[in-house]
Amino acid sequence: MINGKPAEARVDLKVVAELVEPDARVLDIGCGNGDLLKLLEDTKNVDGRGIELSQAGVNMSVARGLSVIQGDADTDLVNYPDDSFDYVILSQTVQATYAPKEVVEHMLRIGRRAIVSIPNFGHWRLRGQIFFRGRMPVTRNLPYSWYDTPNIHFCTIRDFVQLVHEIDARLEKAVALNAGGQRMPVSAPWWFWNLFGEQAVFLLRR
Amino acid sequence: MNSIVSDNAADAIEAAQHREVDTPSSAVMRFSKDKPLRLDAGVDLAPWQIAYQTYGTLNDDRSNAILICHALTGDQHVANQHPVTGKPGWWELMVGPGRPIDTDRYFVICSNVLGGCLGTTGPASTDPETGKAIGLDLPVITVRDMVNAQAMLIDGLGIDSLFCAVGGSMGGMQVLQWAVSYPERVFSAIPIATGARHSSQNIAFHEVGRQAIMADPDWRGGRYLEEDTRPSKGLAVARMTAHITYLSEAGLHRKFGRSLQDRDAVTFGFDADFQIESYLRYQGMTFVDRFDANSYLYMTRAMDYFDLAADNGGVLANAFMGSKTRFCLVSFTSDWLFPTPESRAIVHALNAAGASVSFVEIESDRGHDSFLLDEPELFKTVTGFLAGAGRARGLGPSETMG
Repeated sequence: MINGKPAEARVDLKVVAELVEPDARVLDIGCGNGDLLKLLEDTKNVDGRGIELSQAGVNMSVARGLSVIQGDADTDLVNYPDDSFDYVILSQTVQATYAPKEVVEHMLRIGRRAIVSIPNFGHWRLRGQIFFRGRMPVTRNLPYSWYDTPNIHFCTIRDFVQLVHEIDARLEKAVALNAGGQRMPVSAPWWFWNLFGEQAVFLLRR
Repeated sequence: MNSIVSDNAADAIEAAQHREVDTPSSAVMRFSKDKPLRLDAGVDLAPWQIAYQTYGTLNDDRSNAILICHALTGDQHVANQHPVTGKPGWWELMVGPGRPIDTDRYFVICSNVLGGCLGTTGPASTDPETGKAIGLDLPVITVRDMVNAQAMLIDGLGIDSLFCAVGGSMGGMQVLQWAVSYPERVFSAIPIATGARHSSQNIAFHEVGRQAIMADPDWRGGRYLEEDTRPSKGLAVARMTAHITYLSEAGLHRKFGRSLQDRDAVTFGFDADFQIESYLRYQGMTFVDRFDANSYLYMTRAMDYFDLAADNGGVLANAFMGSKTRFCLVSFTSDWLFPTPESRAIVHALNAAGASVSFVEIESDRGHDSFLLDEPELFKTVTGFLAGAGRARGLGPSETMG
C-alpha cells in the first residue's frame, strides 16, 4: 500500500513468506491490504496480526477476515509486550518510518526474529538517475516525486547491513532480488548486491 | 419532522409501552425466586424476567449464535417492527437476511437489558408482592449485571458459547464485559463506538439528563407511575441534551445549518425558530412516549459506573489476559462521545494481553450515531470479520442454512 504497488509486483512477499516457519505467530507492520498476511495464513497456517497506517488498507484487510489494526509503526510498537511474536515483519515500509532504527529495535524486542525487506537505494539505476540527470530517482517500484513521497528514510543494502551491526542484531539470512524479481546468487559479494539488487530481504535475530 | 404527534396517538403509544413492561409481545424468560440474579449492588433480584427476540435458526452444533447488545435507549426489536412505535427495527441495515449479520446464516438473539422498560425487569416493572411499580427500590444496575442476566438467558436457550457478541455504545460496553466475564463463552466480539470506561465528560452529560428528570415536579420522587403522572418535560430535555452528543458539529451544520423552521425570518420570540430546535423538540417529544424516565436514570448510571480497568487492578490489559476471543473494534472519526482514542486504548490493552484484535476507524461526519446509520465501511468490516471468524469456528456457509 505504501508503495502503491499491485500485489503481483511484490515478489518480495513470496521471499518473505519462505522465511517464515509454519504455525508461527506473525506481526506484519505496514501490512497494506493484507496480501502478505493472507499468503502466510493460506500457505503457512500462521497466527497473523497486522498494523497498517491507511484506513483503506485496514478496512480491506479486516474485510478479508484478517486481524489488522489501524496504527503507526513509529508510535504504536511500544504497546506490544516483549517476545509476543515469533516473527515481526516490515515489508517495504522501513523507508517510510520516522525512526527506522527504533522501529527495527522494537521489532527485535517484540519478536524472536525480524524480517525486513527494503527497496535498495544503491541500485545502479537510481545511482544513474542522480549521477547523469541530477534528479531524485523515480522508478517503477519507487514512483513518487521527491515532494510527495512517503519514503523519507531511504537506505542501500550496505546501509541496512551497517544498521544491523550497530544494533547488535544477528543477520541470519539475506536475499537480494534483481530488477526482474529474480534472486541474486548468494555467493555474490555485497558490492554486487548493492549495485544490482533492486530490493533485499533480511532475516534478523537478537 | 415538524409534525406534532396528536395527543390520542401519543396516549396510545404510551399505553402500549406500559403493556410491554410486564407482558411484552416478545418472548420472555422468567426466573423464579429460586433462580435469583446476584447484582453488583450486593442483593439478589428475584423473581425477574428477560424479554428477547430471536431471528434465524440455531444450527445443530449450537455454534452460530450471535448476541446483539443494545444501546442506552434501544431494545430487543433489532430487526422487526417495533410493537409500540410501529417503526422498523433499530438495526435493520445490519441485521437480517443477506445483511452483514445474516439471519440466514446466524441465529441472532437480542434481549432488552436489565433495568430496561420493554419486558425485562426494570424500575417500571410491577413488583408482584406489592402490585406497584418497583421504581427506585430497584438496586442500581451495572453493565456486568446486564451481562450476567444475558448469560442466564443464553443458558436457558441451551447455548454454551456465542459465536459473536456485537453492540455499539452501551451495547459495546456489554460486549466488552462479556469478553471479560465469560471469555470462554464468546468466540468473537465486535464492540463499536464504545469505551472501556465512561469518561468524565460523558458522566457530566448524563448527570444533566438525570437532573432534568428529577427536577420535573411530575417525577414525584420516582413514584410517578403510582401517582399517574409522567415527568415528560424532564425526560424530553434529557433526551434533547443526549441527542446532541450523538451527533457532530459538522453533521448538524450539514443537516440544519442555521435554517429556519417554516418561516422566513426570526420571530424575536422563543418558539422553535431554527430547524435544529424543532428537530430536537421532536426527538424529545417522541422519546417520552416510548421510554420510562426511571429506566433512563438506571441506564445512564450503569454506563457511568462502567470502568473495566478499575475492576482489574487499574490495568485494562489484565481484564483480557489469556483471552482467546477474536475482537474487532470500530470507531468513527466524528464521534466525540466515544472518540477513537477510547477504542485505541482498548486495542492497546488487547495487544498487550496478546489477544487477536482488529480495529477500524471509519470516516463519517455523523458522530456517535454513525453505528446505527448507513455506513458501508461498517457493513464491509462486520461482514469480513464475521466471515473470517466463521471460518475459524468451522461455520460453513451451507451447514447453517436453516
